[in-house]
Amino acid sequence: MSEGENEIAVHIGDVVKVYGSGDSAHTALHGINLDIRHNEFFTLLGPSGCGKTTLLRMIAGFESVTEGEISLYGQNLATSPPNRRPVNTVFQQYALFPHMTVAKNVAFGLKMKGHGEAETRARVDEMLRLVQLDRFAERRPSQLSGGQQQRVALARALAPSPKLLLLDEPLSALDLKLRQAMRLELKQIQRDAGITFIFVTHDQEEALTMSDRIAVMSEGALQQVGDSRDIYEAPVNRFVADFIGETNLPEVVIERYEGDHAVCRLGDGSELHCSVSEGAAAAGERGHLSIRPERLSFTAAGEEGSIRCVIDRTIYVGTDTQYAVHLGDGSELVVRVQNEAGEELPWSAGDEVGLRLATGAARLLSD
Amino acid sequence: MDDNGGAFIVPVDVRIDRRGGKMSEQTSLRAPRLWNWHRIALFLPAMGLIGFFLIIPIGVIAIYSFLVPGVYGGVVWEFTTNAYRQFLFEQDLFTDEWAFNGAYLNIYGRSIGQAAVATIACLLVGFPTAYFIATRPPENRTIWLFLVTIPYWVNLLIRTLAVLFLLRDQGPINSFLMDWGVIEKPIRLAYTNFAIGFGLVYSYLPFMVLPIYASLERFDFSLMEAGYDLYAGRWTILRKVVLPVVAPGVVAGSLLVFIPSLGSFIAPDILGGGRNLMIGNLIALQFQGSRNWPFGSAAAMILLTLVLLALFFFARRQQGGLASSHG
Ligand SMILES: Nc1ncnc2c1ncn2[C@@H]1O[C@H](COP(=O)(O)OP(=O)(O)O)[C@@H](O)[C@H]1O
Ligand SMILES: [Mg+2]
Repeated sequence: MSEGENEIAVHIGDVVKVYGSGDSAHTALHGINLDIRHNEFFTLLGPSGCGKTTLLRMIAGFESVTEGEISLYGQNLATSPPNRRPVNTVFQQYALFPHMTVAKNVAFGLKMKGHGEAETRARVDEMLRLVQLDRFAERRPSQLSGGQQQRVALARALAPSPKLLLLDEPLSALDLKLRQAMRLELKQIQRDAGITFIFVTHDQEEALTMSDRIAVMSEGALQQVGDSRDIYEAPVNRFVADFIGETNLPEVVIERYEGDHAVCRLGDGSELHCSVSEGAAAAGERGHLSIRPERLSFTAAGEEGSIRCVIDRTIYVGTDTQYAVHLGDGSELVVRVQNEAGEELPWSAGDEVGLRLATGAARLLSD
Repeated sequence: MDDNGGAFIVPVDVRIDRRGGKMSEQTSLRAPRLWNWHRIALFLPAMGLIGFFLIIPIGVIAIYSFLVPGVYGGVVWEFTTNAYRQFLFEQDLFTDEWAFNGAYLNIYGRSIGQAAVATIACLLVGFPTAYFIATRPPENRTIWLFLVTIPYWVNLLIRTLAVLFLLRDQGPINSFLMDWGVIEKPIRLAYTNFAIGFGLVYSYLPFMVLPIYASLERFDFSLMEAGYDLYAGRWTILRKVVLPVVAPGVVAGSLLVFIPSLGSFIAPDILGGGRNLMIGNLIALQFQGSRNWPFGSAAAMILLTLVLLALFFFARRQQGGLASSHG
């Protein structure tokens, strides 16, 4: 982290959220600590029900904070209702006002903030151009497609120039092609607008492609905070490794530590050098490795430094072929090999081959 | 004549039809296609009923309104527009000259005012009630709706008499206030315009609550959050977001209260002590006491015209709203 230049936009300190009380009390967030930087595209990523929406709604002011503190550019938000926070939200189902035109929807926040007629009109035009909907200004939301509605919601939330924009799974209602196009567009709009975004999604691919930094959440707790590369290459625990992308999670015995590396023994007895995540078990104990399928490759069986295995199944998936293999002790792994143009698959089910790991492919995880 | 008046079934039906229009489109998509003769057969009972109970009585009344009154009630089959003229003018018994008389106009004006006040009062009470019910957990809403409709299980006459009992000089409200020393002498509640208004609100409140509830139940409450998020206060959200979206329910409820209030005669008769004649009483009188059937018919036709105009006005406004929402 570079110091000084990165002003903190949002500080979330030891935030706890408990829904209900007494017997029906349910703790949705267990002490969240996060600092989100100025102008950052920050993503909250986690499976459904992990508390992403809850955290977002607390920042917006729709949910009370049970314990802890949320501040925006150094200012504690505790006593501000949503309409006093310089924070706007793009709602999951857009929540566009059905009785207003697109232009009126976008103008709403500006009018409420007391901007004049001319100023409002100019800003609305600017926003509609930004999201490429200037031709649709006089339409009603019901006359727009899902993607267009989504952009109206974005324009409406951006128009009053909030200091922070919150987006709760804004792309989840769109179909795949549109979703992919909107990812790039959203990222571009964030850069142009120069506003801090907090983006919520359960889609790891979406998170990886758009975010400056990602916070991975599970069951109301933060698992890991880092940029896309950190999260993918250096997951801190089993949950993160499993949730982000595809991975093999074989169980191993930790033989010994050598500097910042560990030597682990797989079920079939072969030894591997691996990087180590913080909080991994001590030497002599059991642990789990994360090995991404695309970091594995095949050579001839018995070759020096390779692990002997047998191919069980092959699945052709376009860009790659996926091989399910088993080792000497029966433990299973998945290997992904990129397909070359016009070539027959070099290996098929039943073949005995050697398995080779790229350097740094294996990572010892904390549980 | 029932208090809601045969004629008032017309506009209510029209309303329900308009509101139901969208729904029947959806259901007809799901329902299997029917052969034409089959459809006609299905419509026949409804057509017959409407023809028999609606068109014929209104036709009779329309015709009677252009005839000469019989001496002991009934009509003499002789064409005249006197019944309508009588509405605005008075014929001198001796000189046969017509002179302007605002008495009946006054009754209509007063009735419209009374109905408007009752409608507004129903709206002020009914909207928060409907909002309260719509924001309860779904499993509790039915119970609240049930509670709102309970008074409907009792005959209107009896309910109105119960209200009279409450408002009397010796009634529970006055006794309570006197026992607590708030007042020395009973305040006059019964036999006032207030009593009539109270009775109307009490009678027709569910007609306001139910349509507004139906609109609010479908209302997407995240719109309120969106408004709140975009710097609007609670009242602004109510005015600019909630009310415009649930307007069809508010309009339906207002019509369902306004129209029967306009023609009501039990509440004015019992709670107003028959002092201030309302349209309903005026019409009833012509068929009972005064025995001037043509004038009663003319008065009813004028009322019907007013109601249709009100409906037309609202229908146009709503259509205008819909058109601009699609245009
Ligand atoms: N209003 C509420 N009352 C009670 N529990 C809630 C409420 N909202 C969310 N929860 C619970 O809090 C947890 C987190 O929910 P949420 O923040 O919506 O998760 P996510 O957005 O990550 O899917 C879930 O277990 C959910 O059931
Ligand atoms: Mg959510």
